Amino acid sequence: MDFEKFHREESGRILSTLIRLLGDFDLAEEMLQEAYAIALQKWPTEGTPANPRAWLISTARHKAIDRMRRNQRFERKAEEIAKTSEIAARPESEREEEMFADDRLRLIFTCCHPSLPMEARVALTLRTVCGITTEEISRAFLVPLATMAQRLVRAKGKIREAGIPYRVPLNGELQDRLDGVLLVVYLIFNEGYLASSGDALIRRELCAEAIRLGRVLCSLLPNQAEAQALLGLMLLHDSRRDARVSADGELILLEEQDRSLWHREQIQEGTGLVESALRRGATGVYALQASIAALHANAKTAQETDWPQIAGLYDVLLRTHPSPVIEVNRAVAVAMARSLEEGLALLDELEKREELKEFHLLPAARADLLRRLGRASEAAEAYRRALTLATNDIERRFLQRRLVEIESQRDAQL
Amino acid sequence: MQFLLLIYSSEAEVAKISQAEMAAMHGEYFKFTEEIQKSGNYIGGNPLKPITTATTVRVRDAKRVVTDGPFAETKEQLGGYYLIEASDLDQAIAVAARIPGARFGSIEVRPIRPIGQAAQA
Repeated sequence: MDFEKFHREESGRILSTLIRLLGDFDLAEEMLQEAYAIALQKWPTEGTPANPRAWLISTARHKAIDRMRRNQRFERKAEEIAKTSEIAARPESEREEEMFADDRLRLIFTCCHPSLPMEARVALTLRTVCGITTEEISRAFLVPLATMAQRLVRAKGKIREAGIPYRVPLNGELQDRLDGVLLVVYLIFNEGYLASSGDALIRRELCAEAIRLGRVLCSLLPNQAEAQALLGLMLLHDSRRDARVSADGELILLEEQDRSLWHREQIQEGTGLVESALRRGATGVYALQASIAALHANAKTAQETDWPQIAGLYDVLLRTHPSPVIEVNRAVAVAMARSLEEGLALLDELEKREELKEFHLLPAARADLLRRLGRASEAAEAYRRALTLATNDIERRFLQRRLVEIESQRDAQL
Repeated sequence: MQFLLLIYSSEAEVAKISQAEMAAMHGEYFKFTEEIQKSGNYIGGNPLKPITTATTVRVRDAKRVVTDGPFAETKEQLGGYYLIEASDLDQAIAVAARIPGARFGSIEVRPIRPIGQAAQA
């Protein structure tokens, strides 16, 4: 048996059940570690038990009860004793799969509780639900290990002390709370997909974990169309993972990507999810973005992209979820759907807005439209402006490359 | 668990409310209090007089220093509180969201630390 793989795939599930049984995050984590240590000793000689999951849970639970009883001999507090006997009395497994599923969902909602700071929700979900080590999380988010460890300790402390419950929200609250969970999943995905620097392998792992979480949510809450839309969106973006960066780590824009490298089966699955979510009436931010992603993913060539429809979807997004990124993307879609000049005029309008002064995607988008219009000197100037604002290394190299190209073009024009 | 629900609102804004509206609000508070008494959540609660009536006491080097204030410089002031019993934070949040003042100001939800339990988190 591949212990490493088992650990990776099962830890989250086992831990979520242990947390319910023991009523304590730290105790559950510690006892699971002990149970793993015993398994590492016993399984190779005595053979892997028929149900390793149940074996680990039961071993960890008995370790916990032993420890609590031992502590009580020293401090016989009535409260502690009552707690131990309550834990000892909790049934271990009724219908196993159902129990695991419910525990997993409980754990996700607890880790994503709105009373925790957002960065703690992200870290705690990765650590506890996905079983990623604190060290890996700290590398993925470029935060010192001690800071990340402290963040997790504080979050677990707040869960315990503030009375954050370990349960799935009631029907009336479910919708609001699910939106919060979806946001955490999407943030994890984006950190992997868009991260400015850091370890490429870990970033890819973050995308994979976010998609895995999306699948868990869809299977546990099958009636939630926005959860489906989010999973679709992530699959569609991720389907381009092998085409969007060249062998030497350079960014390749959508229209220049080798579409044969896109993962077809993922596009099919993502498109199916988006269509099903739309049929069920999803109109939220994920459904709209996923619809746009599906139109891009299903265009056989860049020229066949359905820009008018994409521009229309951006109109809706801008009305319902205004943001600088949407503004710029909409202008680009208008440029491609109607005319470059019309898109450029929209971008020029945006340039007048104070809050977009430092937003590097704006001059980058202008530069691209000017380049397409053959206005080389203006394009070069816009690329230089974008370069002063961009911080992401991959993006900077891309802009630099374009600047060199456009300057040689301009010189040829002279 | 016990929670203290601290009701904050802008006294300046509250002062602008008409008498009729204020009477309606009092009615709502009365009804809400009755509801949480029936549901068993209620332990205690009171409105406070405005912040202009506040006094601040400090003891420094064994000397008592009494000043007026705190002043209403911050946007929202503490205007009242409920002490409730709830099974967990989610239930406390659900009760807090039903406080009439939540629609204008904000409610801070703070778990009560049982005496003898170490301060944590």
